[in-house]
Amino acid sequence: MTSVAFDPSAEAARATREILDDTLRGDARGVVVDSPPGAGKSTLVVRAALELAAAGRPLMVVAQTNAQVDDLVLRLAEKEPELPVGRLHSNDPDPYDKALDDLGNVRKSARAADLAGLDVVISTAAKWAHVKGVEPWGHAIVDEAYQMRSDALLAVAGLFERALFVGDPGQLDPFSVVGSDQWAGLSYDPSASAVSTLLAHNPELPQHRLPVSWRLPASAAPLVSHAFYPYTPFRSGTGPGDRRLSFGVPSDGSGPDRVLDEAAESGWGLLELPARHTPRTDPEAVRAVALVVRRLLDRGGAAVSERSADPVPLTPDRIAVGTAHRDQAAAVRAALAELGVGGVTVDTANRLQGREYDVTVVLHPLSGRPDATAFHLETGRLCVLASRHRHACVVVCRAGVAELLDEHPSTEPVQLGVTVKFPDGWEANHAVLSHLSEHRVTWSP
Amino acid sequence: MSLISTLARLEAVESGRAQPLATVRHRHVAERPLVLVPLTTAGEAGAPLGALVGTDREEPRLLVVPQPRDRDLRFAFLADLAEAVLPYVEDFADDVEAAERSETDPETGKKVKVEVELCADAPQLVVPGRAGVEYVRLLGRSMRFRRTAEQDPETPFPAPPRVPLLGRWLTHYGERARVPGSSLLLAATDLLNRHWATGQSSLEDQHLGALLAWIDPPEGASGAEAALRAELGRDRDGQLLCPPAGPATDPAFDNRLLAPAVERYDRARHALASAEDGEAADERLGDLHRAEREIRRLVLTQLRPTWHAVWRALDLVRALPPGPRVADRWTRDRWSFTGHRDRVRAGEPPQPRRDDAVTAANKLAARESAQTQLEAQEALDDPLVMAGRRLTGEAFVGEVVEVTMAWSESKRPAPRPLLTVRTDDLPHLAEGVKAYRSLEGKPQTAQFVRYEDDGSLVLRVLDRMGRGREPAEGSVPEKGDRLVWTLFEHDQRVGPKLPDPEETPWTHGGPPRADATESPDPVTPEDLL
Amino acid sequence: MSESLGSGPVRRPQTTLRHRLAELRGPASAPHPLDARALAALAANPGCRRRALLDGAGVDKAALASALGAPSGFGQSQFAFMRGNAFEAKVKADGGAELMRLLGVAEPEDVRVPDLTAAGPQGRAARTALALREATGAGAWSLLDHPMLALEVAGPPAYLEPDAVVVHPDGRWTVVEIKSFPMIDGSADAAKVGAAARQAAVYVLALERVAAVTEGASVAHSVLLVCPKDFSNQPTGSVVDVRKQLSVTRRQLARLTRVEDIAAALPEGVSFDVEACSPEQLTASVEAVPHAYAPECLAACELAFHCRDRAREAGAVEALGRSVRGELGGLTTVGAVLAAARGEAGDPDDPAVAALRRAAALRAESLQEAAACR
Repeated sequence: MTSVAFDPSAEAARATREILDDTLRGDARGVVVDSPPGAGKSTLVVRAALELAAAGRPLMVVAQTNAQVDDLVLRLAEKEPELPVGRLHSNDPDPYDKALDDLGNVRKSARAADLAGLDVVISTAAKWAHVKGVEPWGHAIVDEAYQMRSDALLAVAGLFERALFVGDPGQLDPFSVVGSDQWAGLSYDPSASAVSTLLAHNPELPQHRLPVSWRLPASAAPLVSHAFYPYTPFRSGTGPGDRRLSFGVPSDGSGPDRVLDEAAESGWGLLELPARHTPRTDPEAVRAVALVVRRLLDRGGAAVSERSADPVPLTPDRIAVGTAHRDQAAAVRAALAELGVGGVTVDTANRLQGREYDVTVVLHPLSGRPDATAFHLETGRLCVLASRHRHACVVVCRAGVAELLDEHPSTEPVQLGVTVKFPDGWEANHAVLSHLSEHRVTWSP
Repeated sequence: MSLISTLARLEAVESGRAQPLATVRHRHVAERPLVLVPLTTAGEAGAPLGALVGTDREEPRLLVVPQPRDRDLRFAFLADLAEAVLPYVEDFADDVEAAERSETDPETGKKVKVEVELCADAPQLVVPGRAGVEYVRLLGRSMRFRRTAEQDPETPFPAPPRVPLLGRWLTHYGERARVPGSSLLLAATDLLNRHWATGQSSLEDQHLGALLAWIDPPEGASGAEAALRAELGRDRDGQLLCPPAGPATDPAFDNRLLAPAVERYDRARHALASAEDGEAADERLGDLHRAEREIRRLVLTQLRPTWHAVWRALDLVRALPPGPRVADRWTRDRWSFTGHRDRVRAGEPPQPRRDDAVTAANKLAARESAQTQLEAQEALDDPLVMAGRRLTGEAFVGEVVEVTMAWSESKRPAPRPLLTVRTDDLPHLAEGVKAYRSLEGKPQTAQFVRYEDDGSLVLRVLDRMGRGREPAEGSVPEKGDRLVWTLFEHDQRVGPKLPDPEETPWTHGGPPRADATESPDPVTPEDLL
Repeated sequence: MSESLGSGPVRRPQTTLRHRLAELRGPASAPHPLDARALAALAANPGCRRRALLDGAGVDKAALASALGAPSGFGQSQFAFMRGNAFEAKVKADGGAELMRLLGVAEPEDVRVPDLTAAGPQGRAARTALALREATGAGAWSLLDHPMLALEVAGPPAYLEPDAVVVHPDGRWTVVEIKSFPMIDGSADAAKVGAAARQAAVYVLALERVAAVTEGASVAHSVLLVCPKDFSNQPTGSVVDVRKQLSVTRRQLARLTRVEDIAAALPEGVSFDVEACSPEQLTASVEAVPHAYAPECLAACELAFHCRDRAREAGAVEALGRSVRGELGGLTTVGAVLAAARGEAGDPDDPAVAALRRAAALRAESLQEAAACR
């Protein structure tokens, strides 16, 4: 640790400059950028795309989902409405966001040939994989490269000469529904992440890191950095007093209100329900999540941040609920509807990746479970859930998770030649749990 | 484990008998499969101890290696195994039917239909358990790079002529077994576990004897009692009543029976080698034969119960009616067999030690697609499997209570009838979600429109109604029909074509080296202890 | 130096606990070492109090299981044993030259192989510590063949015997683990490698305690795993990063201090002295400590068959697998689950009960439908 004052803007600007320099003027075929949650990955992608286009370099952009593709197209058009952009899409009905129809310079087609010559062509990895027989692009940007599988990169890498790979190594790893052990330890294991294959074959490529999270508040960045990025720490862009959350209506003394006050004060809140083994859709926990959201809205929550000096009312669209399983999300949605709450995003960790809210309410993946499985211990899942918020995160959980972690067997197989991935799910869970326990409100509904 | 199969296990505990997990058979079982029960020597990779092999349950062929550390005896075993397996495999190679395959014309780049051969049936190998499948792979790996004297006159320890070929076939079968739903190489335990739930854990279900005890307990015994006996029961000499299904043997067998017998064999061999005259040699040869016969007898005691158990497992599974889509998956197995036959005939080298990047990615894609396809087909074939999907909201059964004709708003209006469906299931429906039903074996697509106030749901049928303005006869469900709808697709989309290995991109290390031919494993005298 | 392991709390003097554990084990019997099997059982079921107490007290669980009438069934074939020994001898032959080659040292000047013989485990451990200090000071390659390490966990020190430890000229110590399962085309059975890595991690931990009091010494967090190559008897090596296993083992061993609490909660008269107690007494004693049986125990713990009987008798759903519990919520016995599924018991508003009833209804409906089709 140095005692020199850390200037987040300057650090971030320096990193961005180096990345763009390597991308536009370097001679390496690839540049890899690790971006922790909310570190300005999308901004970087948009900026790199615009600069490449301005330099007259034809660019293809590979994203992982249609939503990500549409989002990028919209951001590009917002920054540079005149830029000719191609949106390559699938043959399915409703293949892209209707909002794209309003953009004059965005051409949409299911055939790559129709989009030839445009400055930037954007599509999903799945769609790019079907593009054959075209002249390769000079440049590519591969977004969410850590969530892309090695085999997906194999299918598209022939389409470009060089590429900028951007992604968050801490989020959920790609996976396969069938066994792939026979390729474990191979540099090009098709089920591994695209970045691990890329770097195994091209270790000399320049690697950068965005050092500042603009999303996470000063209360969250140290924990998320320590628990999920132990060897690549990052800082928050804002300081301790820069983000504030306040309520118009005082606490009624109930568990949900007390945990909201704790979260408003410290950025974190743990609403701990009595220990019990429950099915995944634990009705008490689900209802507690819904109640917290309801009270958050009822109490007239307002957020102050560097974005605006005046308090901004906390509206449902600034709130998200995160769960591990789809049925849990469905149960929370039903419980919210019962309480008359609409407009709040409720989704699983997988679908919340890359999204940002003011306040998140999380149903802890291990709450009430009789056993912890690899799925529930996966660091990426907890990392996504714990890093979507700008102001505060409330976790609802049954007591007993620490014991559950202690009793978790440690019989993981070890494949020779596979680089060990850190942190380990147990350690990360423990780090988060012990931090949360300092912001605990116990409550029996 | 789904809740429905958990329930089946609990019911098995209560009733003392295994409970069905399927109402039809989901795997192909050949008319004349080849059963292989191998045993290996403890602590030594690729040192077989013996095997029972054959297509006739009454007359298996017994192969035994009296001294597993002797390379010549090992080779003799592998040569015998090749003679037991290869003629069976080759029997299927020439009975072919004409088939079409679409290929890309190298000159025009267009897809063209090519007439090719497809073997009318394929050989099927059945081993006792997953460890047996793994052992088939290991044997395949240990043999396919061996060189025969014909291939390489210089090789110091030439393999018998057909051994490398057997290695290639076993490798192919071992690799095919990794494809979900394939049936070229089956483990008897997997076959049983797919169709029955026992009152024990899935770990314990890997024990073929205990598994059979739950499914088919002897008269008057409960499954639990019979399974316990199969797991732990020992005779007065401390030998297991139900020896392990291999390839590993029971340490008590090794230590108390096999080791002394091998020692006698070694002594007899030594004595024979040091015999000074013909008469002594004859006598000592007799000793050697006796010692060998004793080892064969011992090994047979360990193999025979498993041999019968595998055939019993086949009987049990055969008694189930086959699922309608099983034949479709078997056809894929036939293609796989035919493809390897062609590669062998074309004189291609043995499968490499490790896949290149493109081959690995292609295999993974094929297996993922086979997995999704298997899940869909099993559900469509079997109401009990479909029940599991209904429970998780991925499918529903409903009665059509109303049909309203409607048409698309295009120049040539096409039928888009609306169905009102009443169901007690809880499917995960949202606007625009598609649902599929099977119409004459093909999927018909509908789209969820809305829920009615009474909880029934409205679907719009989208396809398979013919080209006219009026839907084709029988293509629209009628009032009163009780139909199964799935939210998952019935067929798999074809994935993207990957580059050829020679075009492996720089991100994946570039093209594999063309000059890197697989050399055989080095063999040195110190290999053997 | 703190006696605690890693982040564990500093503990009180252990004499009383040691005494208590010796009593439980039976004063006449020597403590059973914390061997590979005990470590495997710890990894497979860290939450089992019965296992924790018995291992903490150094009870010979195999003997106990036999006395309880549920022998473990673990055994080793003499073929495997002989082959393993022969392989290890081959690896260590020529004064360690082969091992050095596997470590990537082409032609080591001379490898010192100190004599480690001494009387008793305590003496051997002291001798090992001395040899390690000398080797580290010498600034040369040294091969310690079967050193003895002591690791204080809960009660008496557990003695550990790695296959070998190599001391590098720069003072780094590397654990060498020699196994007889093959590495074929560079890969090996992942479950076995995992077990070897966990075992090696314990050695690293024990070595770190010696290194802490040895000037210039450090312990590598990667170990060298040596196995036969392909189908031959030729050794080949692979460096295995055991940092994860280390942190897991560190925290698990720290939790072993709970043995004290478990022992304190025992009723009077509990003893696991196989020599002195009748099977009935032993059974009652074992019953006094709760188990946490799961099918994974069968491959790891000598007492598994005994505990399985008990779990089955009690109708515990875990006997069918840990994952079975996942969707059953608060229902823990076969009877309770089936009664809930049949509508004979259970709160219909409990989602687990509701799901069970739907599952039972769907299952019955499909089976009937299939039967009607026949």
